Amino acid sequence: METLEQIQTRLAAAVPSAKVEILANDCAAGERSLLVDAANGFAVAKFLRDDAQLLLDYCSNVTGIDWPDKEITEKIKVKQTVDGVEKEVEEVKKTLRPGYLEVVYHLYSMTLKHGPIVLRLRTGNRADQTHLPSLTPLWRGAEFQEREVYDLYGVLFDGHPDLRRILMWDEFEGFPMRRDYLAPDDFEYEPTPHDEVLEAAKKHYPTEVKA
Amino acid sequence: MIEEGLKNELQKQGVYVTTLEDLYNWGRANSVWPLTFGLACCAIEMMAASMARFDLARFGAEVFRPSPRQADLMIVAGTVTKKMAPLVVRIYNQMPEPKYVIAMGACAISGGPFKQGYNVLKGVDRYLPVDVAIPGCPPRPEALIHAIMTLQEKILNQKLTGPDRPRHLNADVPGEFPVPVYGKHDLEPSKNPAVWQPPVIQR
Repeated sequence: METLEQIQTRLAAAVPSAKVEILANDCAAGERSLLVDAANGFAVAKFLRDDAQLLLDYCSNVTGIDWPDKEITEKIKVKQTVDGVEKEVEEVKKTLRPGYLEVVYHLYSMTLKHGPIVLRLRTGNRADQTHLPSLTPLWRGAEFQEREVYDLYGVLFDGHPDLRRILMWDEFEGFPMRRDYLAPDDFEYEPTPHDEVLEAAKKHYPTEVKA
Repeated sequence: MIEEGLKNELQKQGVYVTTLEDLYNWGRANSVWPLTFGLACCAIEMMAASMARFDLARFGAEVFRPSPRQADLMIVAGTVTKKMAPLVVRIYNQMPEPKYVIAMGACAISGGPFKQGYNVLKGVDRYLPVDVAIPGCPPRPEALIHAIMTLQEKILNQKLTGPDRPRHLNADVPGEFPVPVYGKHDLEPSKNPAVWQPPVIQR
């Protein structure tokens, strides 16, 4: 199979308006992925599916990731002149990376027996710009998994034939897999609490749990 | 009421004496028909228990009924999610009296490993009167057979008259259990106070 760089160059010719980025991965497998802007996501996915050298005709997995707002602290060395002497001073620079929701597609080719290609799409933010193009018209198998991503993360898929909740009930409010989702506080006594459960136990049974 | 010693003595002479209560309970206890109803991996063990190797038929409980109208026993085998709970209660309401509930496995008893989650009921006893609880994750088929035997013992010891008589013979006790509705984050109500109260911790 082609490398991601080759796919990237061919994509630049096929879908000129698309912004395609190759994301590195620090984990042991080191599997890199293609990050595509939301506006051209559908066109890029269609190219990946229909291109004769790729023919990624099988979408094995769709999942979501929630990236909340994150404050990134960097240490930068800045040259400063203190008392006429030029010195290198370390400065802490804080930048706020706005949060977003990410949807990941794992694509394989059954015809050419290769894969996976990991395709990522990101929303504008986590509040009001949570629209992404649905890839269900390209891979029918993505339908239920996109519904699940909508149900648990709140990503709105444009062009999805039947976007409803799939795991939670229809009356449910909120998106439970988001990092800031707060479940109803219905803690019950637990004989051996630990971690977050221990915190809840301290709150509900202050005389019982002291540690 | 006939004395136990006299009963044995008569039996040796070929005279069998019994009470209507004993006969009635003996018949019921040896023909407990469970509902074909599984929610998670515990159901696999339930199926194994009904098959030839463990052979639940020895206890008269092999006839798994696909309709709640024909079943006596609901084996809650598996995780009861909050989405599934109203349906479980509704199926239980559709079963004719006398009916019994076995909570099979950690999830059905208490929510199991999902207890602190947002989507799993912290035990089916929040809404249904559980007769026998089997611990285990999942319990072995032997444990389910033991639960059936425990239930048979319970049925055999039920008095048909008096204040402790079972629910189906007591017109004052409601036979239907309220079905919870889906709320914004949880079921409403989140438990049936007539069936379950939070335990009081005593030291």
